[in-house]
Amino acid sequence: MNTEISNSETTDPSALLEFRQVNTHYGAVHILKDVDLAIYPGELVCLLGGNASGKTTTLKTLLGMVTPTSGEVVLDGEVVNNQPTSYRVANGVTMVPENRRLFKRLTVKENLMLGAYLRNDRDGINEDLEYVYDLFPRVKERLSQKAGTLSGGEQQMVAIGRALMSRPKVLLMDEPSMGLAPALVQQNFELIEKINNEGMAIFMVEQNANMALSIADRGWVLLTGRVILDDTAEALRANEDLQKAYLGGGSGE
Amino acid sequence: MTTLPSSLLLDWKRIFKWGSICAAALLFVSLVGMPIKLDPKSIISPLLSLGYVSLLWLPLIFGYVASSRVVLEGVETRKPGLPDLLTGVLTGTIGGAGLTLLMLGIENFDIRDPLINWSPQLLEVLAFGARDLNSAVWIGIGGALGLVGAGLHLIPENLRRGASYGFFTVLALAIFEPALDDMSEGFRLEWLVELIFEKRGGLKLWPAIILALLIGLISVVTKGKAKNAVAQYREQEKSQKKKTSVVLFGIVAALGIVLPIFMGTYVNSLLANVGIFLLLALGLNIVVGLAGILDLGYVAFFAVGAYTTAVLTSELSPFFAPGMTWVLSLVFVIILAALTGLFIGAPVIRMRGDYLAIVTLGFGEIIRLLFLSDFLKPYFGGAQGILGVPGIDLGVVYISGTDTRGIFYLVLFFCAIAVYVSWRLQASRLGRSWMAIREDEQVAEAMGINTVNSKLMAFVVGAVLASFAGAIMAARVGSVFPNSFMILISIVILVVVIVGGMGSIPGVFVGAFVLIGVLGGPKQPGLLQEFGSLKLLVYGMLLVYMMLQKPEGLVPSARRTQELHQEEFLQDAWLKGTDDEDEEQTVAGEEAQI
Repeated sequence: MNTEISNSETTDPSALLEFRQVNTHYGAVHILKDVDLAIYPGELVCLLGGNASGKTTTLKTLLGMVTPTSGEVVLDGEVVNNQPTSYRVANGVTMVPENRRLFKRLTVKENLMLGAYLRNDRDGINEDLEYVYDLFPRVKERLSQKAGTLSGGEQQMVAIGRALMSRPKVLLMDEPSMGLAPALVQQNFELIEKINNEGMAIFMVEQNANMALSIADRGWVLLTGRVILDDTAEALRANEDLQKAYLGGGSGE
Repeated sequence: MTTLPSSLLLDWKRIFKWGSICAAALLFVSLVGMPIKLDPKSIISPLLSLGYVSLLWLPLIFGYVASSRVVLEGVETRKPGLPDLLTGVLTGTIGGAGLTLLMLGIENFDIRDPLINWSPQLLEVLAFGARDLNSAVWIGIGGALGLVGAGLHLIPENLRRGASYGFFTVLALAIFEPALDDMSEGFRLEWLVELIFEKRGGLKLWPAIILALLIGLISVVTKGKAKNAVAQYREQEKSQKKKTSVVLFGIVAALGIVLPIFMGTYVNSLLANVGIFLLLALGLNIVVGLAGILDLGYVAFFAVGAYTTAVLTSELSPFFAPGMTWVLSLVFVIILAALTGLFIGAPVIRMRGDYLAIVTLGFGEIIRLLFLSDFLKPYFGGAQGILGVPGIDLGVVYISGTDTRGIFYLVLFFCAIAVYVSWRLQASRLGRSWMAIREDEQVAEAMGINTVNSKLMAFVVGAVLASFAGAIMAARVGSVFPNSFMILISIVILVVVIVGGMGSIPGVFVGAFVLIGVLGGPKQPGLLQEFGSLKLLVYGMLLVYMMLQKPEGLVPSARRTQELHQEEFLQDAWLKGTDDEDEEQTVAGEEAQI
């Protein structure tokens, strides 16, 4: 293990999901540079950053769609650098993709069941279905409807429900506020908070920094592939540099 | 009178638009030689031949289209009346004038060099066999047909329904004449056929009229009952639906098994052709319809199946001739086809959409060219192919290549397997992964689906089904040649799948029967063998029409129908404001709390 890691948290064995000095490249282009991250059980953490800062690459690397050129991706204490996405999903990581991206021509029920694609425990799946219905009663009303015909808010619920169906330990969320009406963004963050309160660890990538930090426990800030800030959400909200860069000048009214 | 009443004001732009399109269509049809080629196929003897139908339906349809009006909700629509009739007449007249000009042109100029059909023969057909007919007669015919077309809007719906049903009955009878003729012998119904059909082809006039009237009447009486039955079937409970499906399936299966006994060589060989293409189309339906992989080189697997069978069973195979039985060779056919599927699939599968289509197109040709090449000539016989493929010895019976009934039963058996496999796969875990990949490959991957394996499996299943068709084909024809596996076959199979309805098993059946049975395969004649090479033109036109007007296919899969239905439902809900309003309210409420 790399002993030069400055952040003591990243060596903590209790972390669910961890990056240790991860570097990634697209072709020859260096994207993530020595990134250290750690997500603990029950936490809601967010990754902030502007365009092309490497946020989505971070998610893809966590899920195994991008292989790091150096460093380690650790899931539940196990180095999973060379494990495929299916292995990681089966072992507790799931993503809610940007813009929800439901299977639009499939029914809501089919979407949910595809979330449980890797599972064979019928009873467990039914349990989780009930859990999702309890969480989002509206989803239950729409089960036989095509996912593409739902409203934006409902689609978000199905997308989260679909991710929960794999019974994850960590939920990755790519830009949950993207493409939603302002009123729905608020509703959406409440949803995320609610799921987090049920004990689910959530790792959220977001451009809407103010909103994200208002519900997060901790946050990181990426700048061109490097973690430049790493602190509690309150501290980040108080950070003046960050305020200037992302949170739009004068902080909360 | 100096000013026309407002009701007589016509939409001249529309008339000229549709009229000139009609004229262009008529010229096109004439100059590709449809009237000449299709003239021997008589519909009502001796009055009407298919050649004339190919011309006459155009002014009628264009008259109908030009005079139809847009109905907008909330805007009062004028009752169809005189202006619409005039619109139809004028549209038809302009179209007919096109043919008049064509006749004058043929009489006075000779440009046969580029246009083969710019010929006295065409002139004769256009002049109805009379040499000195005034060419202006087409203006009148066009106008009259346009009037009839426009008139269809005016007559009561029942009459319109009856007329169209009557017309299509006569047309269908004439198309199916050779098949009916062939079947009548088995059923001892020659007298009935003789009663309806003329000896040299075509319906007799009076039986045609009586049948048209009869069917027209029946269609009016039973109006909407078929639709209701379908709707009823759709609304049934799941268990009952299953029961109905089983009964329906049983009936179809029983017919498939019993009917060929009564049918002659002609119909059986026709059905065997349809069956081979059906088998191919069912396989491609899995690849394209379920997994969404556009494979344009599907013929490669057909070729592998045929060549494997030929090499293993024929004594005349140039290099390696174990002389196996067909059944034993089938084992190797499956293995080799699956391997070829993997081999072609592996490099292709990582590509998406158009790139994948282009690369598979290449592979389809590569396989054919390999069989054709001098390099592999010692093994596969090059252009001379492999001859002497024996029939199929099933132990109990021996099916020789010329035994069309036996071949048909064999094809039927494999089609049943293919249907069963597609049906089971659709509901399986693999089927679900295909649906997900078809919808959104990246997200499917994020759900933990191994997209590479799933897509490869689609390739392999499709390959094995196609290879069955190839194996039967080899035994049936008794020989294999590289040039039997042209790219055109891939295209035709794809057209069958698209026209039938992608992802729909009944759709594939309809597509295969309509295209291969009626029009014919790339080299196999169908019921309308007069079409000859023109059938490719019809294929193309049908494909364009389907893509524009009915992209879901003739028999869309339930999934797609439901989809369309749901959109309408949602629009209604939106118009009434029942759906989204309450959501906005709750959102607003929550905001107020904050």
